[in-house]
Amino acid sequence: MNRIVEKEFFSENVVKLVVEAPLIAKARKPGNFVILRVSENGERIPLTIAGADVEKGTITLIAQKVGVSTEKLAALNVGDSLIDLVGPLGKATDIHKVGTVLCCGGGVGVAPLLPIVEGFKKAGNRVVSVLAARSKDLIILEDEVRKWSDEVIVMTDDGSHGRKGLVTQGAEEVILREKIDECIAIGPAIMMKFTSLLTKKYNIPTQASLNAMMVDGTGMCGACRVSVGGKTKFTCVDGPEFDAHQIDFDELMMRLGGYKSEEKEAFEIYNKMLDCKI
Amino acid sequence: MTTYTEYLKERREQEWREELRKKLKGKERTDQPRVHMPEVDPNERVKSQTVEVNLGLGREEAIKEASRCMDCVNPTCIEGCPVGINIPEFIKNIEREEFSLAAKTLKMYNALPAVCGRVCPQEKQCESKCFYTIKLNKPAVAIGYLERFAADWERESGSMDVPQCAPSNGIKVAAVGSGPSSLSFAGDMVKLGYDVTVFEALHEIGGVLKYGIPEFRLPNRMVDVELDILKKMGVKFVTNFIVGRTASFEQLKEEGFKGFFVGSGAGLPRFMNIPGENYNGIMSSNEYLTRVNLMGANNDEFDTPVLRGKNVAVIGGGNTAMDSVRTAKRLGAERAMIVYRRSRVEMPARVEEVKHAEEEGVEFLNLTNPIEYFADEKGRVNKMRLQLMELGEPDASGRRSPVEIPGATQDIDVDLVIVAVGVSPNPLIPASLPDLKVSRWGTIEVNDGMQSSIPVLFAGGDIVRGGATVILAMGDGRNAAKSMHEYLSDQKD
Ligand SMILES: Cc1cc2nc3c(=O)[nH]c(=O)nc-3n(C[C@H](O)[C@H](O)[C@H](O)COP(=O)(O)OP(=O)(O)OC[C@H]3O[C@@H](n4cnc5c(N)ncnc54)[C@H](O)[C@@H]3O)c2cc1C
Ligand SMILES: Cc1cc2nc3c(=O)[nH]c(=O)nc-3n(C[C@H](O)[C@H](O)[C@H](O)COP(=O)(O)OP(=O)(O)OC[C@H]3O[C@@H](n4cnc5c(N)ncnc54)[C@H](O)[C@@H]3O)c2cc1C
Ligand code: SF4
Ligand code: SF4
Ligand code: FES
Repeated sequence: MNRIVEKEFFSENVVKLVVEAPLIAKARKPGNFVILRVSENGERIPLTIAGADVEKGTITLIAQKVGVSTEKLAALNVGDSLIDLVGPLGKATDIHKVGTVLCCGGGVGVAPLLPIVEGFKKAGNRVVSVLAARSKDLIILEDEVRKWSDEVIVMTDDGSHGRKGLVTQGAEEVILREKIDECIAIGPAIMMKFTSLLTKKYNIPTQASLNAMMVDGTGMCGACRVSVGGKTKFTCVDGPEFDAHQIDFDELMMRLGGYKSEEKEAFEIYNKMLDCKI
Repeated sequence: MTTYTEYLKERREQEWREELRKKLKGKERTDQPRVHMPEVDPNERVKSQTVEVNLGLGREEAIKEASRCMDCVNPTCIEGCPVGINIPEFIKNIEREEFSLAAKTLKMYNALPAVCGRVCPQEKQCESKCFYTIKLNKPAVAIGYLERFAADWERESGSMDVPQCAPSNGIKVAAVGSGPSSLSFAGDMVKLGYDVTVFEALHEIGGVLKYGIPEFRLPNRMVDVELDILKKMGVKFVTNFIVGRTASFEQLKEEGFKGFFVGSGAGLPRFMNIPGENYNGIMSSNEYLTRVNLMGANNDEFDTPVLRGKNVAVIGGGNTAMDSVRTAKRLGAERAMIVYRRSRVEMPARVEEVKHAEEEGVEFLNLTNPIEYFADEKGRVNKMRLQLMELGEPDASGRRSPVEIPGATQDIDVDLVIVAVGVSPNPLIPASLPDLKVSRWGTIEVNDGMQSSIPVLFAGGDIVRGGATVILAMGDGRNAAKSMHEYLSDQKD
């Protein structure tokens, strides 16, 4: 059983959970994720391992409420347990010394970005991070990212924190100012798409971490398939990180919408159930 | 040492069998027609994902069918069974109404008779070699139905015994994966006194028996009963544990595991790499069946969704294709179609599944092959283009090969497509063990005793065969248990 030992809301919709999982804590590397189920009858959902404490035997997960499963997850309290938790899954990020690395995170994408920022810094790189979200309260983990970055630029759509504008504006400024050897982009598909287009223009090698739909996470179903360089890849075993300039982001966005009506229906049923209980 | 043939002969000479043989004249036996399996009406059964289609033989029907068996001097049926079950002995036990002895006979060679009686391709295995088939040109003795009868009878009578285990020898061994190969390995090793742990990546034990084969063909409780017995015998099960990721083989060795059996299956679905295949509404049979069988997507109380379609096309002609198309029918498809590039006779699926699918109103678009998919503005598939085929010369598999008819295509409306064109070996284990010898196809290479290039590591089932059958996987598990026991015993001295 994987007990929750710590819980904190970063904002109304973003929650941090520290969960007991000694083996995963020991085995995980930056870039890895887990699959969990909140309850019997629940879905299997993927979440990135945002951090781990080998000594305490815990891992940190950061989840944004977007539907039934993440809603149920955020409703759990310290002392509750996840019914299933498996990992670490996916390939680890290829962390090495290259020079200057630009790390771009959008929304809850900052959670998976954090261990990568830390990794690149520890590998001896100069790290510049650009964090972006719609508004101030959606910017998460800013202090933690600062700890491992030489510089942090914050961008919000409404200008309520940092500077007003999109992630790409912040990133382009840095690119024009200094030589960037590598870029990492994690966030909503649309954010990764435009970041990737930007770095392509400047010929900067870029990795993006994809949030494809998943079921098993072990390469067994193919739900997570994406087109990279014209070839079909399975995000859970071949990824989740791929060469961003080769990814077909439009296809990814289309596939993420594939279960929209079913998900909406499930969410409405769930909300009705909650209403009944109240 | 007596050979198996000598053993069979000895068993055949038991007094009770000699007497039973005399009870009826040969002609009285052979004149009887083969029993019919009672089934739920097709119109009824398509309303439920869980109602089992075959109802099983009644007591009298089973005894009567058992009396058809000639108890042959040379029981050729046994040659057709991959694990060499003493078929006449179990059948004659049914004829003399010693049902629990029949079940016991089955279990000597087959850990899961209730499963195999339901899913073995009998018409290609034991029944294809029955005296009735090869000499009389009459329908074979219904060996599969009888096997199911004996196993079900034992389970329902509540008299299932927990097999005796040797005293614990304290040696820890691990099975990786929990499909039929690992389960039979675990059963044999625990009987020999080993401390067995089965590690499974998913949250349920059973492998394809749980996440693949649907309830209407193999109810999960058949598997659960067997798992209970294994637990009672002392086998430990750990779910949500991916060997090679959650912990490495090295770590497990440090924990004291002395031997490993890898039964990790052939879990990687193949696609056809044709234009439009990544549109929404096109998925692998593994995804479709997993959503329904493992995640309960057909049931409102479960959170996992599954796409439903009015016009569903399933690509392929194997068991997986039949399971998918019949599931689609049960989930409300108006048209549920099999798209298969060869003709009916070449279909690899069990004959019974094809018959059941047909009764349930599945359409067969034989000699067609998809070449492109089209979608609406939201990216949901709405049409597929089929290349029409004809049969040419026999190919390597001995079946007539499909050949394209130049320029002959046809477009059909579809809103859900399930791709069931085969699976490749799961690469997780080989990827975590660079020293492990694998074939060009990614299957683990083993010797006759199922031992791999790493001496403490044995393997069997689909990860070795690249996609086979439940009974072959179980046979591998037994074989591996035997040789691992020999290997570990040698190590000790
Ligand atoms: C490798 C990987 C790592 C991830 N890491 C994190 C993480 O660290 N923190 C986090 O909050 N989320 C993460 N995600 C996304 C997370 O898995 C989904 O948000 C979650 O599965 C949604 O489940 P739900 O039932 O709450 O919502 P659903 O009801 O399934 O979906 C609600 C809405 O969210 C959209 N959606 C569904 N699945 C995804 C998805 N995979 N990504 C984006 N949008 C989706 C749907 O289009 C729908 O509109 C990750 C995904 C992957 C593949
Ligand atoms: C839909 C379908 C229908 C079928 N119908 C029939 C039929 O009618 N008759 C018949 O005889 N055969 C049938 N088969 C084939 C048969 O089911 C397989 O040949 C058989 O299940 C193979 O058994 P296995 O022991 O090799 O492993 P599998 O049953 O494939 O199980 C392997 C298990 O290992 C787990 N695993 C993989 N890697 C790891 C790891 N690293 N750590 C931990 N766990 C791991 C997987 O999650 C899986 O649960 C069918 C197959 C399918 C898919
Ligand atoms: S295990 Fe399968 S092949 Fe062997 S006798 Fe039983 S049904 Fe026939
Ligand atoms: S070959 Fe047929 S008739 Fe002969 S023993 Fe086997 S099942 Fe009975
Ligand atoms: S999630 Fe099933 S193959 Fe990747």
